[in-house]
Amino acid sequence: MLSIPCPYCGPRDVTEFSYGGDGNVRPPTGPDAASEAAWSAYVYLRANPRGVHEELWQHSAGCRRWIRVTRNTLTHEMHGSAPARASAAAS
Amino acid sequence: MKYSLFSLARNALSHHERWPRAWRSPPPKQFYDVVIIGGGGHGLATAYYLARNHGITDVAVIEKGYIGGGNTGRNTTIIRSNYYLEPNAHFYEHSLKLWEGLSADLNYNVMFSQRGVVNLAHSYADLDNYSRRGNAMRLNGIDAELLTREEVSGMVPLLDCSSTARYPIMGGLLQRRGGTARHDAVAWGYARAADAGGVDIIEQCEVTGLRRDGNRIVSIETTRGVIRAKKIGLAVAGHSGHIAGMAGLRLPIETHVLQALVSEPVKPVLDTVVTSGAVHFYVSQSDKGELVLGGDLDMYNSYGQRSNLPPVEHAVQALLALFPSFSRLRMLRTWGGVMDMSMDGSPIIGKTPLDNLYLDCGWCYGGFKATPASGWCFAHTIANDQPHELNAAFTLDRYGLGKAIDEKGGGPYPWVH
Repeated sequence: MLSIPCPYCGPRDVTEFSYGGDGNVRPPTGPDAASEAAWSAYVYLRANPRGVHEELWQHSAGCRRWIRVTRNTLTHEMHGSAPARASAAAS
Repeated sequence: MKYSLFSLARNALSHHERWPRAWRSPPPKQFYDVVIIGGGGHGLATAYYLARNHGITDVAVIEKGYIGGGNTGRNTTIIRSNYYLEPNAHFYEHSLKLWEGLSADLNYNVMFSQRGVVNLAHSYADLDNYSRRGNAMRLNGIDAELLTREEVSGMVPLLDCSSTARYPIMGGLLQRRGGTARHDAVAWGYARAADAGGVDIIEQCEVTGLRRDGNRIVSIETTRGVIRAKKIGLAVAGHSGHIAGMAGLRLPIETHVLQALVSEPVKPVLDTVVTSGAVHFYVSQSDKGELVLGGDLDMYNSYGQRSNLPPVEHAVQALLALFPSFSRLRMLRTWGGVMDMSMDGSPIIGKTPLDNLYLDCGWCYGGFKATPASGWCFAHTIANDQPHELNAAFTLDRYGLGKAIDEKGGGPYPWVH
């Protein structure tokens, strides 16, 4: 069982969380001017790395906050977590 | 050597110690007309149909591990063609028809058993949905029968069809021509038949890089040296994103782990495949007597081909809710395989933005049953540089064009399909 380090609650079982997917997909800047290809890439294309992956989770059976977790998709090793909003603003 | 009653009798005389190898194990050549990356069922079937249907025999299948050691040997062996949407219905029905002649075609017993697949309806909404799907199937020439609760109970007597059942049984949708096959035999049968057609099957050969020059892949770097090819087909299931990334492509694919488990073997108790969409669970009994069951994904990106407790608990809870009498069975083993979950739950078989790279991926939960048709269509696509009519809709660029084939209407969240 994965243990996810919630920045608010500490390490908790994965069963308390809902998965939000790749944390590095962003809608195109300037949505009116963005090309269809840029929109399509945002909605459908994923890096899907075999290794370190930044992803969003919601602590849905806990504090209900969205968080950003850095995790290895091959070894499932956790590399840390942060509030989703703070790191989104920083990136 | 052709497998037959005579070859069996002849080898019995030598105590079965002189059977020849089923396929050669040649060292890789430096150049091939076609290299298929991935020695699972799909890659091997592609190589077989390239040789058989298109006369292309200068082909290598390169596999990082051993034949059938990936998802081909990890699935729950269910075969069906009970799809609603037209592209899926025609494609999977072609696959089912190929399954019906496969053992004879390959001269290898894949133990295809048309024991039927029952989808359980737990509500009136389920029944409405299944009658809609069954009618769509029948309009497409595919067999489907809507069952009442009494008919389901008659077919599957151990199922809890009582009025107090945790998941009430309201009826079901049956495809009698569906069933199971021996998954390893499918890999071995295609490998042997492809090898007999002149294909080189190269195991323990992992791709470490793809060298790209403009719009072409010029060479494949592997742990057994550099291989060049006119055309390259990618059939690596859960590793599609990883390998395509070596060519600089991003795919509408996420890789998720899916687990399955088997019980200790018992006498025959379940002679059909039982699935529940609402509970998200499926179970059948193998020829060895083990109950084979599975359910949900782990629901997060993973390349870890291993088991994890929460989905196993879910599958066992579902099993016991539906079949209370199995409560004393012990589970024998669990395992995981990594799925290429596409953004609409349907596969991708076709061309890529690169001129000589072709893609076969996005199989989600359903790759095993697709094996023959996937090989058939992928070989056609590679040989003719254009898709077969059966895979014309399964293009890589359909997502951006608003032509997603979303059987469930789940949207672009790969883990929900």
